[in-house]
Amino acid sequence: MLDIKNLNVSVEDKLILKNLNLSLGKGQVHAIMGPNGSGKSTIAHTLAGKPNYDVNSGEVSFNGEDLLSKDPYERSLDGLFLAFQYPIELPGVTNASYLKQIVNAHRKSKNETPIDAGEFLKILKEKSKQLDIPMDMHSRFVNTGFSGGEKKKNEVLQMDLLDPSLIIMDETDSGLDVDALKSTAEAINKLRNSDRTFLIITHYLRLLEYIEPDFVHVFQNGSVIETGDKSLASKIDQEGYN
Amino acid sequence: MNKVNKDNFKQDSYKYGFVTDIENEKIQKGLNEEVIKLISMKKNEPQWMLDWRLAAFERLQNMSVPKWAKAEIEEIDFQDLYYYSSPKDFKEKPKSLDEVDPKLLETYEKLGIPLTEQKVLAGVAVDAVFDSVSVATTFKEKLNEIGVIFCPISEAIQKHPELVKKYIGSVIPVTDHFYATLNSAVFSDGSFVYIPKGVKCPMELSTYFRINASETGQFERTLIIADEDSYVSYLEGCTAPMRDENQLHAANVELVALDNAEIKYSTVQNWYPGDENGKGGIYNFVTKRGLCKGKNSKISWTQIETGSAITWKYPSCILRGDNSTGEFYSVAITNNHQQADTGTKMIHLGKNTKSKIISKGISAGKSSNTYRGLVSFHRKAENAKNFTQCDSLLVGSECKANTIPLTENNSNSSSIEHEATTSKISDEQLFYCMQRGLNAEEAQSLIVNGFCKEVLQKLPMEFAVEAQKLVSISLEGSVG
Ligand SMILES: Nc1ncnc2c1ncn2[C@@H]1O[C@H](COP(=O)(O)OP(=O)(O)OP(=O)(O)O)[C@@H](O)[C@H]1O
Ligand SMILES: [Mg+2]
Repeated sequence: MLDIKNLNVSVEDKLILKNLNLSLGKGQVHAIMGPNGSGKSTIAHTLAGKPNYDVNSGEVSFNGEDLLSKDPYERSLDGLFLAFQYPIELPGVTNASYLKQIVNAHRKSKNETPIDAGEFLKILKEKSKQLDIPMDMHSRFVNTGFSGGEKKKNEVLQMDLLDPSLIIMDETDSGLDVDALKSTAEAINKLRNSDRTFLIITHYLRLLEYIEPDFVHVFQNGSVIETGDKSLASKIDQEGYN
Repeated sequence: MNKVNKDNFKQDSYKYGFVTDIENEKIQKGLNEEVIKLISMKKNEPQWMLDWRLAAFERLQNMSVPKWAKAEIEEIDFQDLYYYSSPKDFKEKPKSLDEVDPKLLETYEKLGIPLTEQKVLAGVAVDAVFDSVSVATTFKEKLNEIGVIFCPISEAIQKHPELVKKYIGSVIPVTDHFYATLNSAVFSDGSFVYIPKGVKCPMELSTYFRINASETGQFERTLIIADEDSYVSYLEGCTAPMRDENQLHAANVELVALDNAEIKYSTVQNWYPGDENGKGGIYNFVTKRGLCKGKNSKISWTQIETGSAITWKYPSCILRGDNSTGEFYSVAITNNHQQADTGTKMIHLGKNTKSKIISKGISAGKSSNTYRGLVSFHRKAENAKNFTQCDSLLVGSECKANTIPLTENNSNSSSIEHEATTSKISDEQLFYCMQRGLNAEEAQSLIVNGFCKEVLQKLPMEFAVEAQKLVSISLEGSVG
């Protein structure tokens, strides 16, 4: 469902992704591991369409369509979700109204009517409970003053609300305590199904022990240098990248 | 988005730019005693009112146009303006809506202000001012039953001369400054409100100002008096057709709150701002001042300023009564070539007086947006307190924002707290929202509405949603 071919991307004239090839099938879970600065977030941002990421050459097709020519919001409405490594603060915008608005943007694109306030609250309560998110967090401003872990949980909550078909998680596990990691992984596992594809960027084996990947890719210097099954993650955990 | 699309978009965005095709009757152009006498005659005014106008006109001879504000303005030829325009055959205000020209009713309907009995907004009484005259006032009888007077000021001058005489010019002296004096000489219409002792006005009172005729100035005059222990919430809205010329709107608004009274005054100002090249638009030079005359009285100004080519406006509070409170909540949005210079003056005279200022300035395009404020503590203003917060949000890199907060402190037991921030909508924020499915305009509007929410929440509920939409519309075409 996602095909990356010979992708070269530079940021501020610096070539970061070099001839990257990666293919994700429907319903599969792929993990990407790799040292700091190897270009993992860059691939996530490029797929989501962040401005100032220059695609020098290469192609990406998403469900058979050219991904790179679309605006970021169109990619989102097409089902691509990126859980940010560093979620952005939106001061003044309450989390509840933000969440409702993004849900409605997706409903609108499917020609559905805006969600009923009562129904939304019910869903929000249910999904927040699963992630141990207190409801009063939703009356605060989006990510503003949230702890590192709260921000990550809020990303998973949005992922859950928007029902995406391709989920890219950029170090969603970093910053979560042991219990939070467990509840988050459970929530993610519930989202796993035969139609939904995952690309999980992580530094730690721990998350992959909860969410078992079908493939593990090792990233170095802007491209994939090795691909294996989940045993590759254990190997890296013990031996490192050298 | 390509250029062509963007232009279309912008043109659609001022949806109140139509002209009502109605024959009007004007007094000849020019500013002189003759014209003033004619205005007074048209309005059937008593001699004392005419004398008052003429005295103001005499004072005007020695005054000149103020230059205090940071604005680029084309010189106004005051002799080349019409000072009075009304729909033709409008000798007397229609007694009932059946007598109102259907074209006028249709105009207000199009503006979202239905005046006919079946359609009026529940809980909101409206006075509709079209150019220089009030064409209809709703719920008047119902308000009369509880002693609330809500009528055009021209009517109040005839029917309640003792109240008008006592209070007109008592808050804004006739000689205050050029535009205030000009208004005193030539004012046309506006609203008059009197809330009797102990009455909490059960509905929102509102005036809707519409400039329709070309080359015509609108000189609104509004006077609101809240007697002891009373409460009123009042809202004004303003629109005008799209024209290439600059038109002048110079209003005087005076509020008086007696012991324990509270006046909440809200404005949604959406005069035509000019086109994206800065051609046309209203010059909005307004003097608004409230006097907290009685003890424990309170006056609160809330304004959403999105329109006009140039806005100069400083709704102020004179806190004379002990323990009185003044508040100013403002959102000023400028786009394209608009210029706004707005803020407030809080003059603390009485003991334990408090004031609060929350100003949110949003500038986009090539516009300029200035907050100008004064907090002044008189020697006798023991334990007076002020809190001021001025936040500016920049959209794009060609706009300007200034904050000029002045203070004068002659009371050693008083305190002023001041906070100011300037921020930009970051690309990171826009990208984050867009990743979640919002397009660029929606993402920007979400962030901007968040930025000014604290002020929007102060509006009467009936208008808050409209104001939110207006905030988004005013910025259309400004995302890159
Ligand atoms: N805006 C930028 N300007 C210059 N260099 C950049 C910019 N953004 C990213 N880079 C560089 O691109 C390289 C890849 O960064 P990226 O964030 O993709 O790494 P990563 O693999 O996600 O690292 P980490 O594990 O630390 O999150 C780094 O060398 C980084 O400094
Ligand atoms: Mg990274």
